[in-house]
Amino acid sequence: MRVDKKHWYDYLWIWSIIYFSLGFFNILFAWLGMIDFLLPIILAMFGGNKFFCNHICGRGQLYFKLGEDFKCSRNKSTPKWMASKWFRYGFLIFFIAMFGNMVFQTYIVASGAKNLSEAIKLFWTFRVPWGWAYSGSVFPDWVVQFSFGFYSLMLTSLLIGLIVMILFKPRTWCAFCPIGTMTQAICKLKNRKSNK
Amino acid sequence: MAFKQYAVVDKTLCVACGACEIACPLGAIKVHKGCFANVIKDKCVGCGKCENVCPANSIKRENREGI
Ligand code: SF4
Ligand code: SF4
Ligand code: SF4
Repeated sequence: MRVDKKHWYDYLWIWSIIYFSLGFFNILFAWLGMIDFLLPIILAMFGGNKFFCNHICGRGQLYFKLGEDFKCSRNKSTPKWMASKWFRYGFLIFFIAMFGNMVFQTYIVASGAKNLSEAIKLFWTFRVPWGWAYSGSVFPDWVVQFSFGFYSLMLTSLLIGLIVMILFKPRTWCAFCPIGTMTQAICKLKNRKSNK
Repeated sequence: MAFKQYAVVDKTLCVACGACEIACPLGAIKVHKGCFANVIKDKCVGCGKCENVCPANSIKRENREGI
């Protein structure tokens, strides 16, 4: 419960569910996830705040809803190391490297050196055939390859978040979420004078 | 009336996620410029709801002085 009244953006957890559902029907919708990548960074860079995390992140809201309202979380303290600086920044670097690898795979397909692979990769390891979500389009293959790669990244991180939501606190994922770490770092840099 | 306890945020641990802001029934804790959460000491009743949801273990409750 909160004292201030509900805003439209308090319901963005629904957007999260829609996003992941769309990926089951047409993988090209994965591109919409770029909003969740770019918007928080733009808000942090130009606004110098974490308005995205604090108010409009559908994923954070979804974890909170499931963990807190639907009691799916054990509500145990997040292990110390999981919220520590080295793990948070380590995970951020790992995540950026994986993102870079995905962009590279897209490039390989664009250059024609490799064929489009109609599968998603979970936890950067398990290949899951996902051909049903794509049956040809007007777009070149690399656009589709990026969709598969990006959706893999989004789904993997969603699953990690759900696992830690169940094991620890509803929003334990937020303790080491790469977007959250990155936006906080940007805000700290931007506001370093006024925080002294 | 002043309450016996109030919430204190460890700024070095806080990840500025804003979960505490959503959990606080009184609007007594807010994320400051995307860097860390701040408690408005006069508003806080020390209920511990923010502490319960904090994913980074950065909130502890302390006793108010002079009570
Ligand atoms: S830390 Fe990540 S998951 Fe949590 S609110 Fe921010 S962007 Fe969303
Ligand atoms: S202890 Fe209770 S009143 Fe104080 S900031 Fe936390 S949730 Fe709000
Ligand atoms: S819930 Fe914890 S980590 Fe998140 S903003 Fe509040 S004090 Fe910081």
